Amino acid sequence: MAKYAFFLGCIAPLRYPGIEKSTRVVCESLGIELVDLTDASCCPAPGVIRAFSRKAWLAAAARNLALAEKMELDIVTICNGCFGSLFDAAHELNNNPENLAEVNEILAEIGMEYKGTTEVRHFAEVLYNDIGIEKLKASITNPLDYKVATFYGCHFLKPSKYKAIDNPEDAHVLDDLVEATGAQSMPRMQKMMCCGAGGGVRSALGDVAMKLTKQNLDNMVEGGAEYIVDICPFCHLQFDTGEGELGFKLPVLHLSQLYGIAMGMNAKDLGLDAHKVPVTL
Amino acid sequence: MVTPNVDFAREIADAGGAEVKMCFQCGTCTASCPSGRQTSYRVRKLMRQAQLGLKEQIFEGEDLWDCTTCYACEERCPRTVPIVDIIIALRNMAVAEGHMYEDHKKTAQSLYSIGHTVSINDKVREQRKALGLSAEPPTVIANPAAMAQLKKILAAAGFDKIVE
Ligand code: SF4
Ligand code: SF4
Repeated sequence: MAKYAFFLGCIAPLRYPGIEKSTRVVCESLGIELVDLTDASCCPAPGVIRAFSRKAWLAAAARNLALAEKMELDIVTICNGCFGSLFDAAHELNNNPENLAEVNEILAEIGMEYKGTTEVRHFAEVLYNDIGIEKLKASITNPLDYKVATFYGCHFLKPSKYKAIDNPEDAHVLDDLVEATGAQSMPRMQKMMCCGAGGGVRSALGDVAMKLTKQNLDNMVEGGAEYIVDICPFCHLQFDTGEGELGFKLPVLHLSQLYGIAMGMNAKDLGLDAHKVPVTL
Repeated sequence: MVTPNVDFAREIADAGGAEVKMCFQCGTCTASCPSGRQTSYRVRKLMRQAQLGLKEQIFEGEDLWDCTTCYACEERCPRTVPIVDIIIALRNMAVAEGHMYEDHKKTAQSLYSIGHTVSINDKVREQRKALGLSAEPPTVIANPAAMAQLKKILAAAGFDKIVE
């Protein structure tokens, strides 16, 4: 049975706890054991914290990686930001003894050491690669007929020179995962575009972020989508909180919630009351 | 006339932006940039400014902060310029000189005080409990000793000066 250290991040546990809950339930029924990565912190956020201080970002990320290393487990994340941050940090440290030595000087202050062995995985890619589409199909008890706009976000696939998950210009992994539930992935223009929230743009330059969000929503509606399925609580937040102001009402579901529904999970365990855009199942 | 600032160009190189010299100004990045489609930000121009070390132009205005770090540009750059890493290096330099948005400072302060970039409140605690989750997630937020350790390494990396 696959076993991972479960990295929560910030937005899922503190804004959309239903994403955390759905992930726990879905993984359990698929035979993926999640062990809490106790005492972890923010990844820290790649677009803001790394942009302020690369050194502090790497030290805090290394602490998270070291916590998992001590448990002798690889990390699974449910957020593109966490995945981007921890994957990039692991890439920098696991392959570069000089960077590792530098970061260990800082970790030594709290009696910790990172040896450079933790691998970082994303929930969506774990479903796809560890479980596989056929087995996922067999786990569906409540086939869905939703018309879905799949939203990959940015840091799941990019930079693709390190992450060989899928083609970032024309990806299919998430579409395959969504279609395995019976739902239909609708085509659209600029499908691989950013939601607008990343890089600190949402917090400091919110109207710029909203313009990107609107472009995405226009494309989704034009393509005939009725739901958005994301793999990142930050994209999730950007759409769910932005739609009202922009005049849209496509329910926003994290992939874990979509699978929760398709696997017959109790509706109240999906945490949909935290959503701004009402979700009708 | 622009006067190149060789010293600052060297500082950028030392801070991790050395590969900006690979850029031959084709503009593929700007054509791919979702942010540039909505703003006056031009990533090609920023790369040129970095090559020439035009410190004031890079640091003033919002352009440097319009990038969402989406990597669309970098994926397509025919010279494989690590554009996002260069932008991160430039932002680190800007922040070190005190160019920082108030909202960004708040995010930094949040990490430094509770270990997360968003806060916790009673509504979230209730929602978590209703789902059968612990009221507080099992992270630094629930363990002051672990939080103190995080703070210590952040400070050792100079983060205390950023949140001041
Ligand atoms: S795509 Fe690359 S080479 Fe072309 S202008 Fe942008 S950074 Fe320079
Ligand atoms: S990473 Fe930044 S500069 Fe590059 S395309 Fe995305 S928003 Fe534009």
